[in-house]
Amino acid sequence: MIELRDICKVYRNKKQEFTALRNVSLTINDGEIFGIIGLSGAGKSTLVRCINYLERPDSGKVIIDGRELGSLKKKELLRLRRDIGMIFQGFNLLEQRTVLKNVCFPLEIAGAKRQDAEKKAAELLSLVGLADKAGSYPSQLSGGQKQRAAIARALASDPKYLLCDEATSALDPDTTRSILELMRRINKELGVTIVVITHEMKVIDSICDRVAVMDNSIVTEVGAVSEIFARPQSDIAKKLILPEVVTPVSGEGECVRIVFDGEDSGTPFLSGMVLSCNAAVNILHAQTKDIDGRAYGEMILQLPAEKRSAGRIKEYLNASGIRYTVTGGAGYVGDTA
Amino acid sequence: MSEILRKLWDSGVLQLGIWETVYMTLISAFFSYVIGLPLGVILCVTSKDGIHPVPVLNRILDLLVNIFRSIPFIILMVAVLPAAKLIVGTSLGNRAMIVTLVLAAIPYVARMTESSVKEVDRGVIEAAQSMGAGEGRIIMRVLIPEAKTSLIVGAVISLVTILGYSAMAGTIGGGGLGMIAITYGYQRFNNEVVWICVALTIIIVQVIQETGMLIARKTDRRMRQA
Ligand SMILES: Nc1ncnc2c1ncn2[C@@H]1O[C@H](COP(=O)(O)OP(=O)(O)OP(=O)(O)O)[C@@H](O)[C@H]1O
Ligand SMILES: [Mg+2]
Repeated sequence: MIELRDICKVYRNKKQEFTALRNVSLTINDGEIFGIIGLSGAGKSTLVRCINYLERPDSGKVIIDGRELGSLKKKELLRLRRDIGMIFQGFNLLEQRTVLKNVCFPLEIAGAKRQDAEKKAAELLSLVGLADKAGSYPSQLSGGQKQRAAIARALASDPKYLLCDEATSALDPDTTRSILELMRRINKELGVTIVVITHEMKVIDSICDRVAVMDNSIVTEVGAVSEIFARPQSDIAKKLILPEVVTPVSGEGECVRIVFDGEDSGTPFLSGMVLSCNAAVNILHAQTKDIDGRAYGEMILQLPAEKRSAGRIKEYLNASGIRYTVTGGAGYVGDTA
Repeated sequence: MSEILRKLWDSGVLQLGIWETVYMTLISAFFSYVIGLPLGVILCVTSKDGIHPVPVLNRILDLLVNIFRSIPFIILMVAVLPAAKLIVGTSLGNRAMIVTLVLAAIPYVARMTESSVKEVDRGVIEAAQSMGAGEGRIIMRVLIPEAKTSLIVGAVISLVTILGYSAMAGTIGGGGLGMIAITYGYQRFNNEVVWICVALTIIIVQVIQETGMLIARKTDRRMRQA
């Protein structure tokens, strides 16, 4: 278990001070995939670097499996870091070593024998699907392959935790998907607890169990992904969850975002609503998927400008138990849960 | 070829000059690296954004290197002759010259090394730290190996510089092509000898340069290779 208690981090330049983390507290449970999402500059990297003390917090505690990092001796800290693998946006592979030797590197640090290290490294390369590139140098690999090599390397010391700082941000959507898939497999098969830093909701959506939303050096909300996705509280969470397309709409009617969270997909919900309310809606965005006859996803509708029709639609939504938010506006209007 | 050149060649003076120049350069370079390389690494590692900042030590070393670097070699050479006498027991001849060359080249080599090692990507160092590598391991397994190509290129430049210094050392009692150019050429008004020495020096520099660059290229893994 990773516990962060009241972490503060201030960067001091010559004259300026910048608080990158302000009283951040989080608990990351064993076995889960935990996401941290936020816009650029929110403090995500600073936070994740505090977890393995690459960055020393100015105050607060980082406690990993009951051990407070600030109280550890240097040797103990270095030893503990072997339990925490880390992968980066820029891969950070050693350019002058082959892929196999890169994966061996953490084992060399741990003092493993060469043969043992190479055997282990080869196994890990098969696990990440890179066995055929063992003898290649990083400059001969594609981005996705580099990240696979980096993942294999991060796993070499059998870590309990894996920290991923924007691990897929430099990759195209297909490659991103395959890397995320690999991360999920590592979580399931090896039982590694994974912390995923990202600014993309789709990453959180596709692999994380829980998520913390960061904005301006603080954590604004933490919870199960489905929960945050359905009921974002903070402005930043709404902004991250709502697709960009929705924001610039002509000022006519208000927009609502409705979330399907396992409703029966057999009933034609939208048509039913339009018919019984006798009011037309404009679909601005729809992203739903059907899983076993249940609808999941979200839809953004622009209601009629006319107040009464809009009111009827809201009543209808309330009555049918569909959760919705008025977007762009402040706060929640009609949460029926 | 003129009389004097043939004489120099037949008596073996010229060959000896070439040999002396080459071995003075190589031996001086070797000893300068023995001290200059660690010094450069220390300069880099202890700097304020290094992996083990020690600001006071860094300041002092930085200042020392700068002082030595700003003294013109011809003056430094004379100034350190007493030190040479202390170390090798004489202030004359090639052994004394090697001492002065080493002392003059150390700060140069240190700066070269420092700048090469500084080029190593911060992210790679961070990755090593995240794996629990201590400073010693990072230096030996990350900084130096990753800076290898740049270090080799730096070594080529250092060698050529030391070669240049060694020619100057010929004026105060060192051997080599510099000495031949001065004693047999300049002092006897024989330009031909001077030019021959120049040509030979150019050839040696070319050989060093080409071999060095070839090694640098061949050992660099960052380029796409078939
Ligand atoms: N070494 C540093 N010195 C000074 N300020 C820093 C330093 N590192 C980070 N910061 C500042 O702290 C803030 C948070 O940085 P951080 O890298 O944690 O953001 P981030 O959420 O990871 O952003 P991104 O998504 O762009 O990676 C930024 O405003 C940044 O300028
Ligand atoms: Mg970041």
